[in-house]
Amino acid sequence: MVEVKKKLEMLGEDVLNDINAGKNPDIDIPVRSLSNVIYDEKSKQLTLGNKVSKRFLFNVAHAKTFTQTMMIAAFCKELQEEGIHTSLRDLFYALKKTFPNSNENTFDEQSESDPIVVDLEVALDVLREQLHLNADVRGRAAGNLIIEDRGDTIDLSKLGTGGLAIPSNVEDMKFKKVKADYILVLEKNAAFERVHEDKFWQKQNCVLVTSQGQAARGVRRFIQRLSMEFDLPVYVMCDMDAFGFYIYSVIKYGSISLAHVSDRLGTPKAKFLGLTMDDIDNFKLHNFTIKAKEVDIKRAREMLKYEWFKSKEWQRLLKSLIERKIKAELEALSGRGLKFMTETYLPQKIKNEDFLD
Amino acid sequence: MVMEDIVKIAEEMVKEQKEISVSEFFEKNRHLLGYDNPTRALLTVVKELVDNSLDATEEARILPRIWVEVKPNGVDRFEVMVKDNGPGLTDKQIPLTLGKLLYGSKFFKLRQSRGTQGIGGSGAILYSQLTTGKPTTIISSIGNGKTSYYELMIDVKKNEPEIVSHKLIEDGKIWHGVKIEMEVEGRYVESRQSVPEYLKQVAIANPYAEIIFEGPNSRLEFLRSVNEMPPLPKEIMPHPHGIELGILRRMLKSTRSRTIASFLTNDFSRIGIGTAKEICNLAGIDPRISPQRLDIGDSEKLFKAMQKVKLIRPPTDCLSPLGEDLITKGLQKEFKAEFYTAVTRPPEVYRGNPFQVEVGVAYGGELPQEGPVKILRFTNRVPLLYQEGDCAITKAIITTDWRRYGLAQSGRSIPVGPAVIMVHLASVWVPYISESKQAIASYPVIIKEIKLALQEVGRQLQRHISGKKRMEMQQRRREIFDRYLPEVANAIAKLTNKKPEPILNKLMSMIKKSTEVIVDGRGKEETGNAG
Repeated sequence: MVEVKKKLEMLGEDVLNDINAGKNPDIDIPVRSLSNVIYDEKSKQLTLGNKVSKRFLFNVAHAKTFTQTMMIAAFCKELQEEGIHTSLRDLFYALKKTFPNSNENTFDEQSESDPIVVDLEVALDVLREQLHLNADVRGRAAGNLIIEDRGDTIDLSKLGTGGLAIPSNVEDMKFKKVKADYILVLEKNAAFERVHEDKFWQKQNCVLVTSQGQAARGVRRFIQRLSMEFDLPVYVMCDMDAFGFYIYSVIKYGSISLAHVSDRLGTPKAKFLGLTMDDIDNFKLHNFTIKAKEVDIKRAREMLKYEWFKSKEWQRLLKSLIERKIKAELEALSGRGLKFMTETYLPQKIKNEDFLD
Repeated sequence: MVMEDIVKIAEEMVKEQKEISVSEFFEKNRHLLGYDNPTRALLTVVKELVDNSLDATEEARILPRIWVEVKPNGVDRFEVMVKDNGPGLTDKQIPLTLGKLLYGSKFFKLRQSRGTQGIGGSGAILYSQLTTGKPTTIISSIGNGKTSYYELMIDVKKNEPEIVSHKLIEDGKIWHGVKIEMEVEGRYVESRQSVPEYLKQVAIANPYAEIIFEGPNSRLEFLRSVNEMPPLPKEIMPHPHGIELGILRRMLKSTRSRTIASFLTNDFSRIGIGTAKEICNLAGIDPRISPQRLDIGDSEKLFKAMQKVKLIRPPTDCLSPLGEDLITKGLQKEFKAEFYTAVTRPPEVYRGNPFQVEVGVAYGGELPQEGPVKILRFTNRVPLLYQEGDCAITKAIITTDWRRYGLAQSGRSIPVGPAVIMVHLASVWVPYISESKQAIASYPVIIKEIKLALQEVGRQLQRHISGKKRMEMQQRRREIFDRYLPEVANAIAKLTNKKPEPILNKLMSMIKKSTEVIVDGRGKEETGNAG
């Protein structure tokens, strides 16, 4: 594999060659929108198609993004040379400045620099971690699991209320001892704490993970490695709304915006445990649902068209959401009692293997 | 209701009930003449007097200089004074010209002029005496060292001037012009439909006139920006196809011709002896009888025959358009824009009446960016301030596709943008939709002509706007290079371990040397398949 630093240098050389040849310099960036994302039925992964867009310097509409891309590339090369790791936020501040004689900034917000980092990842076929840029740190885990990270041995059954904060880079993490039948992933931190407090992982012999909203790369890679290396089933529990379903699908198949790294982040054998519309009916949660907003319905309609939601069960669930115009949060289970989830709902669902694939 | 109908009704009433005169009729129907509310009445008084002054000065080929004063006198009363440097009225002319409705030489001859009805000035006097009971003061001299002083009222029963006082003083002062002072009921505003707005628009359409306005709140001076007047329009006889039965009957009554044949050839344009005989034949009327002897039935037959015969179009030298130059100068005088253009169309004819359309446009500069464009409507150089929505000019504007010419427009509405659109219709007989003369009737040929003129200025406007956009684009490019290229050069230098200066120089020279590499950016990055 070509060294990351070399790839960055080659990007610079290509642009310089264009300039020396009097050509309008351009960078090829693979398109990362739904139109260029392919769902592979066999591998159960989202992968990137081969559409690329050309980003030109001498084009009024591209010039700024071109400049930003080059600036970030140069910054990443410095990180390589100095052997430093940094965060996306640090990168944003390091490069944010005002162009001379203007009131225009190189970057106004981090949301401007983040996508360009991904552009570079895709264009150069490298991982963000390899560019020495740390992804967001989000996600926690607890359970009968002992790991080794940077020489420290950590027992995940002895970390108190908080559990382990999963780092953004889990490549070098070693799983020393695993005693679990499955991995239970909870979208929400509050649900995680509730289940953790009841020592559910001990009783049920599992590893508990929370993604704390949309799953960051570290969590996804953590789940993938753990499940693959120890052949553990993965059950995902999210809110019953389109956004919750999408969080599950990102853990399972990969995301549209990071389709180029699905093979490193996706866990195709993950299954959706709940909440489903059937749960609402079977566990009598009707009083605890809330009204779906316009945006929920719209998102659900979009998802009806995603290839990876085309199975009969998923179509039925999405359609029932649109028709009944309701949604439910994980906390809805507390409506039936604070221990309802750990003592009734989860054991029953897992025992009956009542999952959506 | 058009003028002719009103006159007809009035005449009928006068005939049937002897005690009602034309003046009396107008006294009772003053709304027909633009005196329907106090705000508009004050504007109409000023308008009628100013129009008369402009007509008089122009006819005498004098560059107009007009003083207008409006001074409050009590709560809703105003003293209005209008003075001009025209040829003046002779001592004898004054009472008849101003003290009797429907008096005037303008009647049967057709010429493009502001007033045509012999109502304007005397109408104002009538309105004054109606609302305040006071006479109007008229002071005039024709440059012979004598000055006439009149205090006039109108005897509404007889439609005759009532001279309250009269002096002719040999004071040796050599001046010419007319000064009229009257007191009227009214309300003074400074909005879109107001005396100052009216005078401003007069100044635009008559840039050779100097107008000084002393208002209740301020003094405005509209200075002359050109020293040449458009040529005096020629008088023509009416064209048979442009006449109405009522006018024909009055012409028959008042003509000096002794026979129908000579009446037809003398009092109309485009009728020769042969055609006159053909008309009489068609109508079954002896061409040798006296015009006065035709009864209602015969005059109607004659009228119908006149409409049937084929005739050449009326002459068009009776029209005096402002011309593209004067329109542009008029707009430049009152609007600080960045681009001006004007178009004068060749004359056209509707129903036997020659007319000509002119359009001017001012764009950009200090004109307000927001809101609909300002529309200025003129007929024979007189601004129209009321009934905008009913006017053929407005209809032509909203049915033109302005988006094509660089202005915003949603559906059939007034376009939006920093622009003034001025439309002038010159004609010997303007078809107003009502007697207050504020909106042009929508004859298809008139709308068509206005639209053709609008399209022509539209194309010029579009060229200007797209040129401006191109300039902005180039400006934006220059800024991009100034701004971004140093960063790009630095980044490339870091990536390739080279010095940034030569890279920057190379990039800068690329811009200077060739514009071909500069791809026109329209937003999206080009998409293709990797290959």
